[in-house]
Amino acid sequence: MRVFVFVGRRLLLLALVMAIVSVLIFGIVQILPGDVAVMILGTSATPADLASLRQKLGLDRPAALRYADWVGDAIRGEWGTSLLYQVPVRPLVLERLGKSAVLALVALAVAVPLAIALGVLSTLRRNHFLDQAVGLVTLVAVSVPEFITGTVLILVLGLQFGLLPPSSLIDPRASLWSIAPSLVLPTLTLVLALLAHMTRMTRASMLDVLEKPYIRAARLKGLRPRVVILRHALRNALLPTVGIVAINVGFLIGGIVVVETVFAYPGLGRLMVDAVNHRDVPVIQMAALVIALTYALANLAADVVYAYLDPRIRY
Amino acid sequence: MTRAPGGEPVLAVRDLRVTYRTGAGPVRAVKGVSLVLPPGRVLGLVGESGSGKSTVALAVMAALESEAEVTGEVRFRGENLIGKPERELRRLWGRRLAMVFQDPTSTLNPVLTVGDQLVEVLVEHEGRGPAEARARMLELFAAVQLPNPAEIARRYPHQLSGGQQQRVSIATALACKPALLVLDEPTTGLDVTTEARILDLVDSLRQRTAAGILYITHNLGVIARLADEVAVMYAGEIAEQGPVGAVFARPRHPYTVALLDCLPRIDRPPATRLLPAIEGTLPDPRAEVCACQFAPRCALAQERCRGEHPGWFETAPGQGARCFYWERVPPPGTVRAPALAKPRGRASTRPVPLLEVVDLVHHYRQAGGLTAMLGRAPIVRAVDRVSLGVVPAETLAVVGESGSGKTTIARCVTGVLQPTAGEIKVDGRPVPRRPAARPRKLRRRLQIVFQNPDLTLNPRRTILEAVARPLRLFGLVDRRTRRSAAARLLEAVGLEPRYLDLFPAQLSGGQRQRVAIARAFACRPDLVVCDEPTSALDVSVQATVLNLLASLQAREHTSYLFISHDLSVVRHIANRVVVLYLGRICEAGPTEEVFAPPWHPYTEVLLSAVPSLSATSVTGTIRLEGPAPNPAVLPSGCPFHPRCPRKLGPICEREMPPLVTTDRGHAIACHIPRADLLRLQTAAPVPVS
Ligand code: SF4
Ligand code: SF4
Repeated sequence: MRVFVFVGRRLLLLALVMAIVSVLIFGIVQILPGDVAVMILGTSATPADLASLRQKLGLDRPAALRYADWVGDAIRGEWGTSLLYQVPVRPLVLERLGKSAVLALVALAVAVPLAIALGVLSTLRRNHFLDQAVGLVTLVAVSVPEFITGTVLILVLGLQFGLLPPSSLIDPRASLWSIAPSLVLPTLTLVLALLAHMTRMTRASMLDVLEKPYIRAARLKGLRPRVVILRHALRNALLPTVGIVAINVGFLIGGIVVVETVFAYPGLGRLMVDAVNHRDVPVIQMAALVIALTYALANLAADVVYAYLDPRIRY
Repeated sequence: MTRAPGGEPVLAVRDLRVTYRTGAGPVRAVKGVSLVLPPGRVLGLVGESGSGKSTVALAVMAALESEAEVTGEVRFRGENLIGKPERELRRLWGRRLAMVFQDPTSTLNPVLTVGDQLVEVLVEHEGRGPAEARARMLELFAAVQLPNPAEIARRYPHQLSGGQQQRVSIATALACKPALLVLDEPTTGLDVTTEARILDLVDSLRQRTAAGILYITHNLGVIARLADEVAVMYAGEIAEQGPVGAVFARPRHPYTVALLDCLPRIDRPPATRLLPAIEGTLPDPRAEVCACQFAPRCALAQERCRGEHPGWFETAPGQGARCFYWERVPPPGTVRAPALAKPRGRASTRPVPLLEVVDLVHHYRQAGGLTAMLGRAPIVRAVDRVSLGVVPAETLAVVGESGSGKTTIARCVTGVLQPTAGEIKVDGRPVPRRPAARPRKLRRRLQIVFQNPDLTLNPRRTILEAVARPLRLFGLVDRRTRRSAAARLLEAVGLEPRYLDLFPAQLSGGQRQRVAIARAFACRPDLVVCDEPTSALDVSVQATVLNLLASLQAREHTSYLFISHDLSVVRHIANRVVVLYLGRICEAGPTEEVFAPPWHPYTEVLLSAVPSLSATSVTGTIRLEGPAPNPAVLPSGCPFHPRCPRKLGPICEREMPPLVTTDRGHAIACHIPRADLLRLQTAAPVPVS
């Protein structure tokens, strides 16, 4: 029961956040130079043509009204038509979202357990070779931006040794299975970036927890080291890590835009970049909204997991 | 099982030495400690901070960090634990050798239920199945008198009170019937009524088990209450050891005598406001030991003491002391405390109150921020219609346990918190609630000393800057006179001028508290609010600080609003006392009236709970039952009724008892008439359930 109240409250909060975000997105698109009419008719159009088109599209109405229309349509599922591709926005955005989600989820699924395992291992072998190696590699990986990692991977694994397809220029309609090999490099790039950050955080919070009086108490209860580490320390150490994963989802979304561009992978990030380049306003707005919603939902999920792990915040 | 004293000792420590390797050279924490503990006995290890007692506890558990260099022997049933690999120790830990730590909140794992934290020990050591282990866990929880064990077992540590948490820790330590139980300050930080019940529990344990108990504490009263033998530690050595009764009656080491003498007594009125404090500080733990370590602070010290390290002298059968001149050591109570410089100026007629608090109310909502916005947080009635007054040059003590509202009153007076209703008056004039609206002059006249001096001392400012800041703020000095004025202030609190250029971190806790007091007194305030100023300090330092407060008061005619949970300190320092329970006054009056019967039933419980060196005037043992008070859910009628051992009947649940004041100014809020209370409390004790 309390869980529902808890989640219910967070959902209310999420609705509030989304309302604010939608205003921001709408506002920013308004500030972009050139409007939809210019985009459709091109720069050579006469002012009269532009004016009549604006009237037809309702662009001459006050911004508040247009905002209300947009939000209403978005909620009803009428997301409009892409100016660039001339197809309905909804299937387009959702299909690209699916592609990106595959990339992101695979990256998370690989990175999170690996990061926790590496973080725990390096605390156990503190200051030994493994710990130092992990420390150094992750430090380098944290400092290098994805487009460089990606490019290096393409050069080495893709072009030099020809092990994997260097680009993910794939037919958007191809099945997931057939495109699997071309997913490896982009995923690997994301995993590297995520892994480094999360391993460092896990290690730091493990070290912090191991100093706690309850760990000493557990040891002096005569429990085996495995029990002390996995049962007593890890669960406490995971609390901050969950927060980090949530932050990393935001970071992942940013990273995906870069990675998709580097590998020409047809995901939501690519779509967004293309749409901005071509002033495809309906797509920009909806893609941005969907990205924001994903991020907010990820944070909500993190809160729920956090509450599950930490009995102190169950109210 | 019966108590079986004698026989092969459970624990025999021989010449234990522990040295920490640090960047600043080796720190000798323990310098040759020997102890013997027979089964079924309680050995009390008492000492102030820095004495090395906790290091001894960890060494006995063979649980010191690898940075510590340990030599000597720690024999557990004849088996030396020092140098044993952790693999083998693990078979002893939690099974044969168990430990309970101070502060149960941090020693219980926050994300596991308390039941699971006990069950895992049974599973690990006795290989029990889950169902069997659970059944045994419930038995153990019942044995430590946890109410409703099955329900408690499912809870997480934060859902239990401090006393319950410590019961869980004790039950866990007892799970496998250990032969040796080490208790390291298990009641420090708990309220006195909770402490009393934990001590009762330990006392009943020692009757029931054959385990040897090593009890580490700084509290001599606890030792007197529980232990068979006592070892007094000073600077990493045992100064004196022997049967508790003999050591406390006729100590043979000057340090033991000084410790006993500097304790404020709860059982008798103070002869003078000054205590025989132990001047000086502990020796540097990095120095080689080649003299008596107590020599710089010892009144009996001779030339020999400064050049030669005293050995162990057998002073009586089973009693010994590390002192050359143990035969000359005077019995406790014979050292005269220095007299106050000037007699306290007492006005014969009732003077106008300096500070008046009228019907003070402070309510707040429990949680802040979003939770308060989205959910409905309960209203906490921290203080409910409290009135009190302080006249010039007197000390009014406000006593209570956690949740009593005593600190809230102090914060309202100083302007940190704003009262929900009621008035605060100085010299009969109402004071603005917001501190910013208070006139400068008023802020100068009203100062505060906190429990933790670090709250007022900026770590990056020197002592000079700290002390001179208020002087500058109120325009009392300029650049040139600032240093000499600050030096005079330090001198008044017994610190030399050389401290002026040091930073707070370079001073000991007691010295920092003295600086905080110097700072509070810098502008010659009329009223100082002292919020538990000595509760974080060792008893010897506490005596110094209490003396300082008393002499400053005698000289400057300052008034104190003294917030404390320590009844002994209160009896020593206060002229008048107010006892609070759940934000309401239950008893108030001149100190000696409050400490003599008739008492409010709550005061009676408090007095009975204090572990003391000698029996208090309270007849019998009275303990608080029932749940810990929660100011968010106030009981109807008398707030004390759910736990009152003398509850009269339904009237206590229905009606709030009025505060009835005698013509001598002693007030009690209880439905039991004064005469009946007096009769009850001087007659037979209440039966304990
Ligand atoms: S040996 Fe000397 S200095 Fe040490 S306690 Fe005894 S009398 Fe005092
Ligand atoms: S009024 Fe009743 S419940 Fe309250 S203290 Fe007196 S006897 Fe106890």
